[in-house]
Amino acid sequence: MSEMSNESTMVNNVIASSATRARRLNAEEIAEIEHEMELYPDKRAVGLEALKIVQKHQGWVSDESLLAIASYLDIPVADLEGVATFFNLVYRRPVGRKVILFCNSVSCWIMGCDSIKEQIEHRLGIDFGETSEDGDFTLVPVPCLGDCDRAPVMMVGDDLHRNLTPEKIDQIFEQYRKQLTADG
Amino acid sequence: MAKIVVDGVEYEVNPDNNLLQECLSQGLDLPYFCWHPCMGSVGACRQCAVKQYRDEEDKDGILVMACMTAASDGAIISIEDSQAKDMRERVIESLMISHPHDCPVCEEGGECHLQDMTLMSGHNYRRYDKKKVTHRNQYLGPFINHEMNRCITCYRCVRFYDDYAGGTDLAAQAAHHHVYFGRHQDGVLENEFSGNLVEVCPTGVFTDKVFSDHYTRKWDLQSAPSVCTGCAVGCNTTPGERYRSLRRIVNRYNSEVNGYFLCDRGRFGFDYVNSDERLQAASKRVGGGLQAFDEAALSGLLTEFADGEMIGIGSPRASNESNFALRCLVGEQNFYSGLADDEQEATQLVLEMARDQAFHSPSIREIESCDAVVVLGEDVTNTAPRVALALRQAVRNRSLDLAADCNIPAWQDAAVRELAQNERSPLALLSSYASRLDDVASDCVIDSPAALAQQGFAIASELSNQAAAAESDHGDTVKRIAQQLKAAKRPLIIAGTSAGSIALIQAAANIARALHESRGAAIDLCLLVPEVNTLGVSLLANPDNRLGSALSRLAAGEVKKAVVLENDLYRRAPRAAVDSALAKAEQLLVIDQFETATTDQADIVLPSTAFSEHEATYVNYEGRAQLSFQVHRNYRGARPGWRWLMEDADGNVEDLINRCAEEATAFAKLDDLLPAAGDFVASMKIPRQSHRYSGRTAMRSNVNVHEPKQPIDDQSVLAFSMEGIPASKDARLMGAAWSPGWNSNQSISKFQDEVNGELKQGDTGTLLLERSGSGQWYSAPAQAATPAGELQVAPAYQIFGSDELSARSPTIRQRMTDAYVSIAPKDAERLGLKQGDAVSLNGNGSLATACIRTRIKPGTAAVYCGDGQINPHEIGDSVALTKSDVAGERSLSGLIVSDLYEEDY
Repeated sequence: MSEMSNESTMVNNVIASSATRARRLNAEEIAEIEHEMELYPDKRAVGLEALKIVQKHQGWVSDESLLAIASYLDIPVADLEGVATFFNLVYRRPVGRKVILFCNSVSCWIMGCDSIKEQIEHRLGIDFGETSEDGDFTLVPVPCLGDCDRAPVMMVGDDLHRNLTPEKIDQIFEQYRKQLTADG
Repeated sequence: MAKIVVDGVEYEVNPDNNLLQECLSQGLDLPYFCWHPCMGSVGACRQCAVKQYRDEEDKDGILVMACMTAASDGAIISIEDSQAKDMRERVIESLMISHPHDCPVCEEGGECHLQDMTLMSGHNYRRYDKKKVTHRNQYLGPFINHEMNRCITCYRCVRFYDDYAGGTDLAAQAAHHHVYFGRHQDGVLENEFSGNLVEVCPTGVFTDKVFSDHYTRKWDLQSAPSVCTGCAVGCNTTPGERYRSLRRIVNRYNSEVNGYFLCDRGRFGFDYVNSDERLQAASKRVGGGLQAFDEAALSGLLTEFADGEMIGIGSPRASNESNFALRCLVGEQNFYSGLADDEQEATQLVLEMARDQAFHSPSIREIESCDAVVVLGEDVTNTAPRVALALRQAVRNRSLDLAADCNIPAWQDAAVRELAQNERSPLALLSSYASRLDDVASDCVIDSPAALAQQGFAIASELSNQAAAAESDHGDTVKRIAQQLKAAKRPLIIAGTSAGSIALIQAAANIARALHESRGAAIDLCLLVPEVNTLGVSLLANPDNRLGSALSRLAAGEVKKAVVLENDLYRRAPRAAVDSALAKAEQLLVIDQFETATTDQADIVLPSTAFSEHEATYVNYEGRAQLSFQVHRNYRGARPGWRWLMEDADGNVEDLINRCAEEATAFAKLDDLLPAAGDFVASMKIPRQSHRYSGRTAMRSNVNVHEPKQPIDDQSVLAFSMEGIPASKDARLMGAAWSPGWNSNQSISKFQDEVNGELKQGDTGTLLLERSGSGQWYSAPAQAATPAGELQVAPAYQIFGSDELSARSPTIRQRMTDAYVSIAPKDAERLGLKQGDAVSLNGNGSLATACIRTRIKPGTAAVYCGDGQINPHEIGDSVALTKSDVAGERSLSGLIVSDLYEEDY
C-alpha cells in the first residue's frame, strides 16, 4: 500500500532510525556516566561528559557510540550530535594514538608557528585534520594552550611542548616513535 | 499604551512588545531574520539595529537591536540614522558571505525574505572574494529539500522545529563558520509540522520538495483563499495552480484558526487533485463497465433520475452546499448525513455540547492560552494535528507566568525558556497508547477507552459533588488532575469522537460542567470530529436519520433509488449491510472524485470537483463556518456535487449559500461569509493572478498559438485573470500576501491590524451555533466485560493515511503505513506474536501488522485500519487476534512512534 522511495530510511524511533545500530556501552563507561549523572540535575546535561568518557575509552566517538549514549541518556541523538560537533576536541572520526594539539593563534603565529607546522607536515606527512598513515598521530589546530610566554607550543597526547623550533620537532617525534613502538 | 518616537514621528504602541514588533505593527520597514511574529526574539542575527536616544537632547544615541529592546514609553529611536543603516548593511554583508548566487535556480527566489531584506538594507555588492563555505545536503524525506549552502544561520529552523513544534531530529550542529542545521544523518524529518520549515526559513535552505518537482514562481501561480479539507480544524490555506495542475499549498494567516502554521497532511496532502485516477466523465453502467454519457444525455439526466422517492446519503467530506443540494433534491426525511451510526450518535452529542451555554468551544488561538489541559482519549496529533501544535504552546503558559514574575518580557524567547527549564503548565493525557505529545505532558494515563472514560468521570466527581462518582484505578493522578484544573486560570478539556466512545465525551462534559459549577463562566470544551465538514453535514441531516436505517430501507426494497454524495459507504458500515442495500437498489447514482468500492456498485457515476476546484463552505470542530474559494478550473468534466444535483444547471454557488442560510436551521449566518457587493471598487472583480503573472500569451502555445480568452468566472467575486482590483485592499479575499518590498510570506504584517492581530478587513469565519440552556450530568456506564482471550479495541489513527482524500496523494503515500494492531509485549508473548507479524482480526479476513509497543495497556489492542484496509465497523469493542500465515507485503515502515518494543533493549 505505502510506497517507499528507495533512498528513504524510514524510522521507527531514534535508535532504529539509524542505518547503524548502537553499540553496547561497556561496564566501565556506564559506571562513569552513572557517576556524572549524580552530579547534574538532568540527564541532558550529562551529554558532554558522557561523550568525553566514551572518547577516553574508545579513542573517539563513533556513530554507534553516539547512538548508545543518546539511548542511555534518553536524549535526542540530533541534540547530542550538536554537542559532539560543537567541540573541536570531541572526535567524530578515528584519531591516531597520539593527538597533536597545535596552537596557531596570535602569539604562536608571531613566534613562527608556521615553520613548525611545515616541519610536522614534512615529517609526519599530515595536515590539519589528518592522521598519519601508520595511525600514530593526528594533527588538530587549537586556538590557544594558555602558554603564550613560551610560544610556539603544542601538546602531544597529554604532554605540553614549549619554545618549539623545527629541530626540536624532529627530536620530539623521534622519541614518540620509540615510545609508541615500545608500547606496541 | 506607550508613546515612542521613530524618526521624529510619534506612535502609540504597546509597551509589552519589543521595538521591532511595534515598528512593524506601525507599518514601518525594518529588516530582520531571527525574529518571528510567533516565536519572539533571540537577538541572533543583529539585523534590526536601530539608533536609540536617551532623550531629546541626546544627539549621539547608541545602536540597539530593536527586537531585544522594549517599546517602553518615551523611547526615541531612529531607523533612518546613517550609523544604524550602515550597521544593517554590514551585518547583512557578513551574513551573505557564503550565500550562493543561485537565486535564479532557487525555489525561494521571488518570495525570499533574504532577498527582500538584502534589498531593504542596501547591500548590493559582494566584496568578499574568497572561497565560500559549502556543505553536504541531507535527504530529509519526501516533503523537504535541503540546501545548506544558502543558510545564513538565523536559527529560525531549529527554533520552530525543536522549540515550537517539539521535534527532536533536527539540530544545530558544529560551530562558527561551519554551523549546520540538519539531522544526525540522512533520513525523514519525523515531526508532523516539518513542512512549516519551508515558510519559517527566511531563504531557500528548506524548500518544498513536491513543489520543486513542478516548480513555478510565486507570481506565476494562480491562487485564491482556501480552506484545508484534511481534518475538522479547517486551517486556512493558499493553494497555487499553473498549467492546469495544482502546484503547492502554503499557509494563509487566520488569527483565530491556524495562525502561521499548517500540519504536513494539510500542506502535502493535495496532489491527488492532479491525479489521473480522478473520475473524469459522467458515466453509466452498461453491462459490466462504465460508458460515458454524451453531452446531450447529461442535461435531462437528473430530471429523469429524480422521478419518485429516493434516499440521499451525504458526506462529511462534502461541502455544505453539496450536502444541502442533495437534501433539497431528496427531501429532508430522505437525507442522511452518511456518517457511521456510532459516529453519528457521538457527533450529535458533540452538537449538543456545542449548544450548551456552560461550555465554550475554543479556537486554536484560544487553546494556546489555556493553562491546564486534559485530553481524554483523543490522539490529537493524528486526528486534528494543528490542535497538538497549539497544546505545545499552551504548556508554555507556566513559563510566561514565571517570566512575568521576574519582569522578563514574554517576547524574550531564550530568556523565558532558560528560566522555565522543564516547568510547564499541566497537560494530562489520558490515552490508549503513547502519543506524540507525551514529552510535554504532566501526566500520561494509558488505559483502554472504557477505563479512560471512568477516569474522566472520576475527575469530574473530584471537582463537584453533583457529578456521579466513579471508580478509578489511578486515584492519585485523578486527584492531581482535578486539582490542576481547579487551580487554572483557563482550564481546557479535549475529547472527541475518534475513540468511538460516547462515554469519553460524556466524561469530558462532566468535567467541564463541574468546573462551570464552581466558576460560573463558560468552560473551554474542545470536542473534535474527524472530517472537514462532519459538523456541517450533521447540522443538515435529521439526527434520527441513521445510515443503518437508510441501508435497511434500501435492502428491504422500501426505496428503490439512492444518491450517494462523495462517500464510500464501505468505510461507514459493515460490508454485508452495504452489499445487501446496494444490491437491492434499482438505481444508484454516486458522485465522487475517485473510484471507490461504492462507485463500483453505481449505475451512474458523476465526477465531482476537488476542494481547489470549487467555492464552498465547511463547518469546523468549533462550529465555525468558513468560505473556501475556487482556485482553478477542472478541465476534465468534473463539477461541484451541488451542480450535478441542482435542477437549475446554471445555478450560482452564492445563491445556493443564500438559500441554505434561509432554509437550513443553524445555517442562518452562513451568508455572512459572502463578500458584500459594496466591498468592491467600481464592481471590479478580484484577480486570482498576481500583477506579475507572466507568459499568459505564450503558456499554451505548444498547443495553439492563439491565446485563448480567459475563462469567465460567473460564480464568485474572483476572476481567472490578472485584471481587476488586487486584494491588497481587502485581506479577506487575498490569496497570497504581497506588499511592495515584501515578496515573502513575511509581508503578512502589512495586512494585520498589528503583528499577530486580525487581518485588516479580514474574516476569521462565522460561528454558526447559538448556545442556550444547560444540559445534564452523565453517569459512568457499567464496564462491560471483555470476552476471555480477546483484547479491548482502541481505534488508532495516523496523520498520513486516516484522511481518505489526502491518502490518495502520491506524496502522502510515501509516508503511509499499513494497517496495524498495537499490543503490549505481554499480550504479544501470550499470542505468540513478534514485531511485524501478520495478524488476523476476529478471523474474518481482516489483516494487520503486529506493532508491539511498550506503552500500551496489556489487554488493549490499538487498531489502525490503514487507508480502508480494514473495515472498522466489522470490529466490535473487543477483538480476537491470531497469527496469520498469509504472507503479505505489509510492514510497519513509515510508522513513527517512540515506544516501539525491541527485544534487545
